[in-house]
Amino acid sequence: MDFGPHLLLAVLEGAVGAAVLALTALGLSLVFGVMRVVNVAHGEFFMLGAVIAWFVATSIGGHPAVGFVAALALAPLIAGLVAVLVDRLILKPVKYDPEATIVGTIGVLYILQQTALMTYGPEARPVEPPFSHRIALPWFEWGENGFAMFYPWGLSTNSYKLFVIGAAIVILLAFWLIMTRSKAGLIMRATQLDRETALAFGIPVSRVYSIVFGLGAGLAALAAVLIVPIQQAHYLMGHDPLLLSFIVVIIGGLGSIRGTVLAAVLIGMSDGIISVFLSPTLSKIIATLLVALVLVFRPQGLFGKKPA
Amino acid sequence: MSIGTRSTFLHLGLIALLFVLAFVLPSYHQGNLARIMVLATYAIGYNVLFGYTGLLSLGHAMFFGAGMYGLGLAMQYGGLGVIPAFAVALICAAALSAVVALLALRTIGVAFMIVTLMFAQAGYLTVLYFGAWTRGDEGFVIAQSARQIAGLDLTAPTTRYLAALLLFSAALLITARMMQVSFGSVLIGVRENEERTRMLGYDVFRHKLAAVIISGTISGAAGAGYAVLFGYVGATFTSVQYSIFPLLWVLLGGAGTTIGPLVGTLFMFYLIDYSSGLTNAYMLIAGVVLVLLTLFARAGLVGEIRKRWVAWLP
Repeated sequence: MDFGPHLLLAVLEGAVGAAVLALTALGLSLVFGVMRVVNVAHGEFFMLGAVIAWFVATSIGGHPAVGFVAALALAPLIAGLVAVLVDRLILKPVKYDPEATIVGTIGVLYILQQTALMTYGPEARPVEPPFSHRIALPWFEWGENGFAMFYPWGLSTNSYKLFVIGAAIVILLAFWLIMTRSKAGLIMRATQLDRETALAFGIPVSRVYSIVFGLGAGLAALAAVLIVPIQQAHYLMGHDPLLLSFIVVIIGGLGSIRGTVLAAVLIGMSDGIISVFLSPTLSKIIATLLVALVLVFRPQGLFGKKPA
Repeated sequence: MSIGTRSTFLHLGLIALLFVLAFVLPSYHQGNLARIMVLATYAIGYNVLFGYTGLLSLGHAMFFGAGMYGLGLAMQYGGLGVIPAFAVALICAAALSAVVALLALRTIGVAFMIVTLMFAQAGYLTVLYFGAWTRGDEGFVIAQSARQIAGLDLTAPTTRYLAALLLFSAALLITARMMQVSFGSVLIGVRENEERTRMLGYDVFRHKLAAVIISGTISGAAGAGYAVLFGYVGATFTSVQYSIFPLLWVLLGGAGTTIGPLVGTLFMFYLIDYSSGLTNAYMLIAGVVLVLLTLFARAGLVGEIRKRWVAWLP
């Protein structure tokens, strides 16, 4: 394959990664923005979503689409409920002290991960996609007969991958509408801006915190359900999304939701593209160091305005 | 007795007790305790930064790894003896911690934790990237014949135990002394109220810098000690998990106490040792302990004892 078609393929792969990353990082960013809590267990809620999707899909049976739709509804719900429980039992009693919440969520990370190991097991298991058609992609080139369109061998994508990108865009838009146009969004933004004043105006801040923590985990789980037909469900799969989400939230500016989405697209796309052309380990080293340096020299992130 | 004399007696007594245990314990527990003392040295290093200075790092595995690979690679490819290789390890750890400190100390709070986590992740990936020399996850074994100092065979159980004790005692006495002089008091001042310490005229940045370097170097010494005493160097020791462990040990034993790191490491080691016989998900125990400590015993075991009964504990 020539360079051009190869790049197109890399861009498509990158877009799928970016779509899933945007949803996952949005959850982390929401929790940090509203609650000022760094949820180290965020990746495990992602893993939880994938594992629940596998359990739901295998226990329902029938056409894969039925199991997939059920998982799409159930996995975020269950992950969200677990998160609400974590908020009530651990984060609220330590009064959201930054250090204690980090140590506590590290504990939650291992509890969730190891519980998955004990119940789901160490195997990686696939979930069947609800639909999957090979779509050959055309390529345009100046050939002997002038400008021509043809279908190079190997240049194809999958209808399910396109669905993932579309679904992520729809979810992001819905999230944006909720945050900016609904009363629930108004309450969340008020709590983010000034917790004390929100409390004085009768906003049940502690309930808002629980819901936000659950919503953040639910977004991660939702992203995992979308990706699990492409990747496989595994009990250690939460590690990479966690680090990538950290990176995205930092680059986008801690707590800035618009910045998070922009950064997710940037990082997800470049991750997809770079890993096609460079050694993945080397590109990860460079990316990790760059992000650390961004945090050192520009703590408000690349898109953030005021210091966090 | 003044508090200073009491703590000196406590530390010397503890070292004497560990020395006697070398000849009393059955060989299985003697081997365990040697390992625990090396890991407790790591915890002591972590405690300098976390317990005394109040900086939570999530990347100490890179310092442990710098010592481990500094010694391991110097012995494996440089053909150095144990003592020169140990010096190389200390230099590596000190240099790495100085560089990391100069960058990471520009940030505070949550950003400091994430920056250290990122640097450590980059370190771990670097070890994997140079797999041709480091052998990546698989790691490499340091030959038994090389692990000798002037005819003393460090692979013999009792010699190994005493070498671990020497390493542990050095770290314990150095940090204990450090906390008795004014330098230590300034570190605690930084932990309790950074602004006020600065207002009193102390150079906060320099003290923090020194704390990171001391902490990183002790952690590196522990890494080098682990490599030479147990003969194995592997990438696992630079992974996130090994950055979390010292945090867990110090929190369990008691942050900001001199003997807390040993107590925490001892408890956690045996807890994991027993539970790994029951299930392969032994890290579950670590998670549960972390959550319980966060909720009920923020001061850790020794910290709670100090709070309730023995106020003079160092």
